[in-house]
Amino acid sequence: MTDLLDARLVVDRGTFRLDVHLRIAAGEVLALLGPNGAGKTTAMRALAGLEPLTAGHVRLGERELDRPDARVWTPTERRPIGVVFQDYLLFPHLSALDNVAFGPRRHGVDKRKARAEAADWLARVGLAEFAKRKPRQLSGGQAQRVALARALATHPELLLLDEPLAALDARTRLDTRVELQRHLAEHPGATLLVTHDPLDALVLADRLVVIEHGAVVQEGDAAAVTARPRTDYVARLVGLNLYRGHAADGGVRVADGLTLAVTDRVSGEAFVAFRPSAVAIFSERPEGSPRNVWQATVAGVQRHGDNLRVGLQGPIEAAADITPPAAAELGLTAGQRVWAAVKATETNAYPA
Amino acid sequence: MRRRRAPLALIVPALLGLLFLILPLVGLLYRTPWTTLPSRLTEPGILTALRLSLLTATVATLGCLVLGVPLAWLLARVSFPGRRLVRALVTVPLVLPPVVGGVALLLVFGRRGLIGEWLDSTFGITLPFTTAGVIVAEAFVAMPFLIIAVEGALRGADARYEEAAATLGAGRWTTFTRVTLPLVAPGVAAGAVLCWARALGEFGATITFAGNFPGKTQTMPLAVYLALETDLQAAIVLSLLLLFVSVVILASLRDKWISSA
Repeated sequence: MTDLLDARLVVDRGTFRLDVHLRIAAGEVLALLGPNGAGKTTAMRALAGLEPLTAGHVRLGERELDRPDARVWTPTERRPIGVVFQDYLLFPHLSALDNVAFGPRRHGVDKRKARAEAADWLARVGLAEFAKRKPRQLSGGQAQRVALARALATHPELLLLDEPLAALDARTRLDTRVELQRHLAEHPGATLLVTHDPLDALVLADRLVVIEHGAVVQEGDAAAVTARPRTDYVARLVGLNLYRGHAADGGVRVADGLTLAVTDRVSGEAFVAFRPSAVAIFSERPEGSPRNVWQATVAGVQRHGDNLRVGLQGPIEAAADITPPAAAELGLTAGQRVWAAVKATETNAYPA
Repeated sequence: MRRRRAPLALIVPALLGLLFLILPLVGLLYRTPWTTLPSRLTEPGILTALRLSLLTATVATLGCLVLGVPLAWLLARVSFPGRRLVRALVTVPLVLPPVVGGVALLLVFGRRGLIGEWLDSTFGITLPFTTAGVIVAEAFVAMPFLIIAVEGALRGADARYEEAAATLGAGRWTTFTRVTLPLVAPGVAAGAVLCWARALGEFGATITFAGNFPGKTQTMPLAVYLALETDLQAAIVLSLLLLFVSVVILASLRDKWISSA
């Protein structure tokens, strides 16, 4: 599959430097995931031509849109790129219909045809009867759909979505996510989804690129990224305990005095990951089968779904999920000394 | 719970201030010769002055809109070296005594002025002591009001709407006319009203630069001043009319534009 978008985005702003390489195929949805300040929005703005590149290039299809070292530059309004902004930025003085018709009008479509197309797009996102409403008369979810229709109405080759669901409440987010998934599947061009919500990324995207401090730290499909996180940020996103250490003889030395036994064959620098639910907590040192045992201090206890999540400190920091009855039996309090155990078969080890 | 009373130290000066603003208007209404008012209003001189005032103030405001809105946009949206200085220069006519403004206009646009001489010899255009001169004088004094109001509105408007317009294919001019201008329309309207009101009341620069010729450059404020020397009753009638016109137009525009902001 050839890539529709091929972009190396370098933006240097003194204290912050973004340098990422993004490739997206036609019809593919790529999620750009990262913590706040990682450079996600900067990358999106650079693609749209709202932020100048320091170096690198943006190629979309056959066209080179941006390449500073060859003095190639295409202004935002001439890039075949549609943007759904985080807070939508629907023009407050125009009706929903005229907001959607704005793009086609600027692309030379005559007024009547542009409004017919806009009505068609509004119908597709299920808002046909809201055409005459002004943006302030729309709910958050409706405004999000109008913004999507407005961006798609110009038939962009690349669609950029900046935290498209972040401004919505939890209930609306659920419905809108499903809706958005359907529209993204129908979009023939490439889609870049900027988000810090792993669920958005996992549900909506075909592939994930994780950036931290302006650089790509991991990329791959959802299964690969969630199974084998490579940074603490990704591990936290997908809810895994993650450690890095030196592997030898069926074990990975993750801290002084603690070598975790693993079943995967690895050697050299390696990661070990395991789920919080794989961690068992004992008040006395357990006898028998679990081979990975260490002494830890309870740092805190929080509700986590139906279970309790226990933060553990010791040779390694770990999260453990235990049932409320088990917690009651242990009588967990902060500062308490306990034993933590993980079976080797519950760990996942892979080269660093 | 006891309601907190506003302190007298604030209430008293506030009421005195209000009184100070209202009392002269009351005095004007009190001294108005109501019985002879209809006949006095239809005197030809009065209507001529009123028509000239409305015409020149309106044309001056339109001119200020054409030149002032782009200048306000430049100050609000484009960063260029010396922007602070330009902004300061724009407000100079605001603090300049209008008479000084009139003298300055004469020095530039007068028959022997820097540009006036060239205008006269090349195009045969003479500004001083003409109706066009009145418009120039009013525009000079009133334009800062418009620029400051529009620039404030532009700074307050979210520039990211303009980015959104660009992603939809709008160039800078289209963005300005289709997005920026509608967004700041209330601010532009408010600025235009202020500008118009200032132009309507303009006296010093007008009398200095354009003189006081009935039917040609004698606007209402000039007529009021002249009448005061000869016929107090006429001055009162003219003042009342000017007050009435200003209040009516301000009130109607306020309902239509400004309050909807």
